[in-house]
Amino acid sequence: MKRNIILAGVGGQGILTIAAILDTATINSNLNIKQSEVHGMSQRGGAVQSHVRISDKEIFSDLIPEGKADIIISVEPMELLRYLPFLKKDGFLITDSNPFKNINNYPELEDLYKEIKMHKNSILIDAKEIAKEIGNSKATNIVLLGAAASLLPLSNDSLQNAIKTLFERKGERIINKNLEAYEKGKEIASVMAS
Amino acid sequence: MKKLLLGNEALAQGAIDTGISGVYAYPGTPSTEITEYIQNSKIAQELNIHSKWSVNEKTAMEAALGMSYAGKRVLTVMKHVGLNVAADVFMNMAVSGINGGLVVVVADDPSMHSSQNEQDSRNYGKFAMIPIFEPTNQQEAYDITTYAFYLSEQLALPIMIRMVTRLSHSRAAINIGKRNTQNTIKLSKNPHQFQLIPMHARNRYQHLVGIQSDIRENSENSYFNKFIEGPNTSMGIIAAGIAFNYLMENFENDSCPYPILKISQYPLPKRQVKKLFDKCKKILVLEDGAPFIEELIADYFDENKKVIGRLTGHLNRVGELNPDNIAEALGFERTFANKIPKIVTPRPPELCVGCAHRDLFDAINQLKTENTKQQVFGDIGCYALGSLPPYESINTLIDMGASITMAKGASDAGIHPSIAIIGDSTFTHSGMTGLLDAVIENTPITVIISDNSAVAMTGAQDSAASGRLINICKGIGVDKDHLKVITPLHKKLDENIDVIRNEINYKGVSIVISQRPCVQLSKEKKDQLKKLKQVAIN
Ligand code: SF4
Repeated sequence: MKRNIILAGVGGQGILTIAAILDTATINSNLNIKQSEVHGMSQRGGAVQSHVRISDKEIFSDLIPEGKADIIISVEPMELLRYLPFLKKDGFLITDSNPFKNINNYPELEDLYKEIKMHKNSILIDAKEIAKEIGNSKATNIVLLGAAASLLPLSNDSLQNAIKTLFERKGERIINKNLEAYEKGKEIASVMAS
Repeated sequence: MKKLLLGNEALAQGAIDTGISGVYAYPGTPSTEITEYIQNSKIAQELNIHSKWSVNEKTAMEAALGMSYAGKRVLTVMKHVGLNVAADVFMNMAVSGINGGLVVVVADDPSMHSSQNEQDSRNYGKFAMIPIFEPTNQQEAYDITTYAFYLSEQLALPIMIRMVTRLSHSRAAINIGKRNTQNTIKLSKNPHQFQLIPMHARNRYQHLVGIQSDIRENSENSYFNKFIEGPNTSMGIIAAGIAFNYLMENFENDSCPYPILKISQYPLPKRQVKKLFDKCKKILVLEDGAPFIEELIADYFDENKKVIGRLTGHLNRVGELNPDNIAEALGFERTFANKIPKIVTPRPPELCVGCAHRDLFDAINQLKTENTKQQVFGDIGCYALGSLPPYESINTLIDMGASITMAKGASDAGIHPSIAIIGDSTFTHSGMTGLLDAVIENTPITVIISDNSAVAMTGAQDSAASGRLINICKGIGVDKDHLKVITPLHKKLDENIDVIRNEINYKGVSIVISQRPCVQLSKEKKDQLKKLKQVAIN
């Protein structure tokens, strides 16, 4: 069993939080992990990505080879497409639909959506809106994690526990908001898949 | 015990567990997390391990040598270009040798993710004639560090560990061993060891050359260098450090058919290389960075081209290795891969919203319309992004401190206005000495110190300049009438332009300190800074 996951976004959008939850859940499930953080110059508003590899066998490369990613999770639609060369033939794309526009030549949203929907296993959700409804727009990334949950080799319990561990310092309220965000993400993905 | 750690953190944990008494470093991507891990480690605090940042890499390495002189184990950490700054002491301490174990960690940046060049530090290690280690993975980063201290004391030599960005910034679970106690103070038995006057230095250098065979023998029998047999001798592979992982990634179930020599310790184990060479029809060399091994073993005049790699074009000459370019070198067909759709546009990094550098660049750019000959010499820090659109305010970017000295040279050549823009931390790192050069000749330059009170680019570490800039400039000899402080804010734009215009019109050394903390600093830090500021004024 091996799962290759690419996390994509813009600096400060919380992809390393998703990575940290996956790390913790993997370790507690006694599986091997390699997680590499790829970022450029001081990552001020630039594109960032993280490669997460989970396996029951030894993992060699810290980087996922081209065409070998099972899932790409992105907190922004254009950043999702930047890593397409890594996607497996039947790999999954999961992304928030809200653009992060800090450049003036950002492409037309409709074109981006069209491009994403061309892939049969794609989940495009307004995660930000869902997070807002819960009352914590910062939890957008956790909604997306929830949407990916059924594709991960990690149990529901281990993911929930990892969320608890990660937000422990921030208190009960934040933990619960994030758990709720995770549940909502799961729900939506299952509706979309059915 | 298992712990999930970055390559950098695994290395730091290894150093703590070997019983270091201190780490000396200047922040620089990709090396920064090593020192930060020790700074944040509870155990390190309890053990009173020194971990404050140094002003630059040279002062860091010299202080480390001082701690080693006292008999204690010590780590010194920098990025590849930082080693250029410390090269003076680095070369000389290989000659003097050390007393307590001393390990130099240098993190290289193939592909230049956050650097001006991709120089390969193994060249420096070889130049200094000391052992070099190159971990393959996070576990080895830990294990090698603990062993390197042992070897350092055994050979009485500094040891280099070379990291690369990918390993530094990638996490895995590692096994942590037992913790050693620190050394007690104990001076060298040889009273002349650290006196490199020619008569002693000659002896020491003779000694260094004399023990090269021991160093090679150690590498020849190293636990970290491995010869892995394989049935298909049409090709043999030398894989160094992280390249070994990318190689193995290409074969299911560890089933590489070719014999492999995995290198994690240098000098190159000659006998093992020879064994591979004799056995195989050709040799593929995989190494991240420069073609260091390849150059050593390739026979340029051999028409048969037995050794292949980055020099022969079988692999990319520049940039990082990865599983894909190695797959190509192995002769594998590229499997299915989607292309990046054309509509995806680049997203370069930019200054944070509300960053003080932005307001400073606005002022400088407005002056550009008045002085078409204006040249702005830049330096290393977040403000280097001022060379990109929308600002494009900076003309040069070479190395730490070069803004001031290049502005001086350009001014000597007749360019006016000649403006240097340098950060507060970069100023104390390497700008101060250049400023003295300018002060001595009262060269017509304007130095703008963009003081955000942090080493912001690497994550807002403490800056040695905080609260001291005015006094430092006065102490170096800057005329106080041409030492101005401005606050870079949009509402003060016109006022600030006036100040800078006046100073660049002055035909001598002038300094404008543009002072506003980095917006990424925590509230506590900002409060601390306010107190420091008052001390400076009183
Ligand atoms: S980190 Fe600080 S100095 Fe750097 S761009 Fe952001 S606000 Fe400016």
